[in-house]
Amino acid sequence: MTSFTRGSLTLQPSLPRNRWNQLLTLVAGLFTALAVLPLIVVIAYVLFKGGSLITVRLLTELPPPPGLEGGGIGNAILGTLLVTLVASLIAVPVGVGSGVYLAEYAKGGAFSRFVRFGANVLAGVPSIICGVFVYGLIVSTRVFFGQSYSAMAGGIALAVLMLPTVIKTTDEALKLVPQELRWGAMGVGASRFITISRITLPAAFSPIATGVVLAIARAAGETAPLIFTALFSPFWPEGLFNPIASMSVLIYNFAIMPYDAQIALAWASSFVLVVMILAANLLARWLGRFNRP
Amino acid sequence: MAAGVRPELFSQRRRPLWELLIDRGFHKVVVLLAAVVGLVLFGILLTVVGGSREAVLRFGLGFITNSDWDPLAEHYGAFTAIYGTLVSSLLALLIAVPLGVGTAVFLTENIIPLAVRQVLGVMVELLAAIPSVVLGLWGIFVMEPFLRPGLETLHRLLGWIPFFSTTPQGPGMAPAVLILVVMILPIITAISRDSLMQVPISLRQAAYGVGSTRWGAIVQVILPAALSGITGGVMLALGRAMGETMAVTMLIGNSNTFSLSLLAPANTISSMLANQFGEADGLQVSALMYAALVLMLLTLAVNLLAQLVVRRLSLKM
Repeated sequence: MTSFTRGSLTLQPSLPRNRWNQLLTLVAGLFTALAVLPLIVVIAYVLFKGGSLITVRLLTELPPPPGLEGGGIGNAILGTLLVTLVASLIAVPVGVGSGVYLAEYAKGGAFSRFVRFGANVLAGVPSIICGVFVYGLIVSTRVFFGQSYSAMAGGIALAVLMLPTVIKTTDEALKLVPQELRWGAMGVGASRFITISRITLPAAFSPIATGVVLAIARAAGETAPLIFTALFSPFWPEGLFNPIASMSVLIYNFAIMPYDAQIALAWASSFVLVVMILAANLLARWLGRFNRP
Repeated sequence: MAAGVRPELFSQRRRPLWELLIDRGFHKVVVLLAAVVGLVLFGILLTVVGGSREAVLRFGLGFITNSDWDPLAEHYGAFTAIYGTLVSSLLALLIAVPLGVGTAVFLTENIIPLAVRQVLGVMVELLAAIPSVVLGLWGIFVMEPFLRPGLETLHRLLGWIPFFSTTPQGPGMAPAVLILVVMILPIITAISRDSLMQVPISLRQAAYGVGSTRWGAIVQVILPAALSGITGGVMLALGRAMGETMAVTMLIGNSNTFSLSLLAPANTISSMLANQFGEADGLQVSALMYAALVLMLLTLAVNLLAQLVVRRLSLKM
């Protein structure tokens, strides 16, 4: 019979398996540090480099012509807000409506399966392809009063991008609403429409709002769908049917210019954009806290 | 009459016509809105296929294997861009998968306190929220100058290998790959973390019960159990990397000359689209649409495969 030596049941750090254990823990820790590092460095750079440039003038003036100093990004801030607003006004009703259909009306037939599958596929379509689509659909055909590039086209391109997110969050949020609430509403004589608009949608408000805010934040930072739909403009927005400036396209255009003034404006735009997007993310997290019963 | 029953309280209410109409109308509206997704998808397909018809007829499949992109001679081949798309995304995946899965394991194990892990988790998720154009700006002015001495050393020491055979001049494949790593890391980490957290605790307890060490349990029990979710996340990240445009465009150098070297400027389909689409006309638009079609088919295949893999490999319980 084998006899156990004293201490065979206590941890012996020098055993190969324990050495491996320590090594792998160390490696995983290092990987985590490496994964978090870019965020810290990028945020630090954008906040310090961009934040130090922010003045009231910069937020309210037009960008200078190439080679000149000064100026600001006022038109780009306004443009981003406008284009994102257009996108939200299209994507939120359509997306929430589709989500309502999927969660409340669909009975698992071919059409609902197709819509779910379509939303998944659309979510995987590269954002630049959305731009190509809207270019072919609106810009090159000049459907809007003969205008080619326009804020409207940019907004539609961003709406295509937001749509799958809004559909999925609405669908999933409505499925989490307890069935008893629907039965209760029906039981006291409410119609399907009243049940959905007064009972189920309000009950799912918080997760839907979270998803919508995240989708808007993502759309606000998108560049690829805008570069050949909304284009860019060095002037103040001239309505929805003309080219419009946006912060993301401004960063792209100015980053590759050989002028320091333009590059400084690109950093300042990054600051404003990142602060807006981080604020939206924090808002979404705050809204998400109401999910828990 | 029975005591207590008051029929006037239970009278049947006829549904007014307007209420019926609203109800039916709402149903119809919602169905129409749901059909928009399908319309948009068909629209995208029609636009891209229709737009690329001319180039498809003219260049055929040779478009994919030909690396000659010459707008003056009106001769187009997208091999350089397709190669760039595949190489940049696969290399980025190669670096990001160990990093992301390692981070996910670290964030689900109880090595450091829960509060710290939660903060780190939120930070990785916030990284996903940073717009790619901002990462591109940072890449141009901070990351690339910082990396250049390292890449130059690499060229000096390993220049005899074709992959490092050119002197780094700033933009190129290597910086683009690294910025892609930063972009897809949050996706891989977040999805791996979710799948690791869904592994039943009993599996872990059983592994510890038979005397496994922490990493014995992770490598042999927990990671295999979470494999389907992790693979799905990796495939999604691959799709994202292939379609990613802005940061890559700003860092890759946009050269249509084919080069094996990772230190030389290169091109991807999406960066080619971003660069040329606005100014192109005639056959060039058609050729770009053809390239867009290739990109769409690539990402579609990867995304469908991802869904299939998740269904196939998911843990049966």
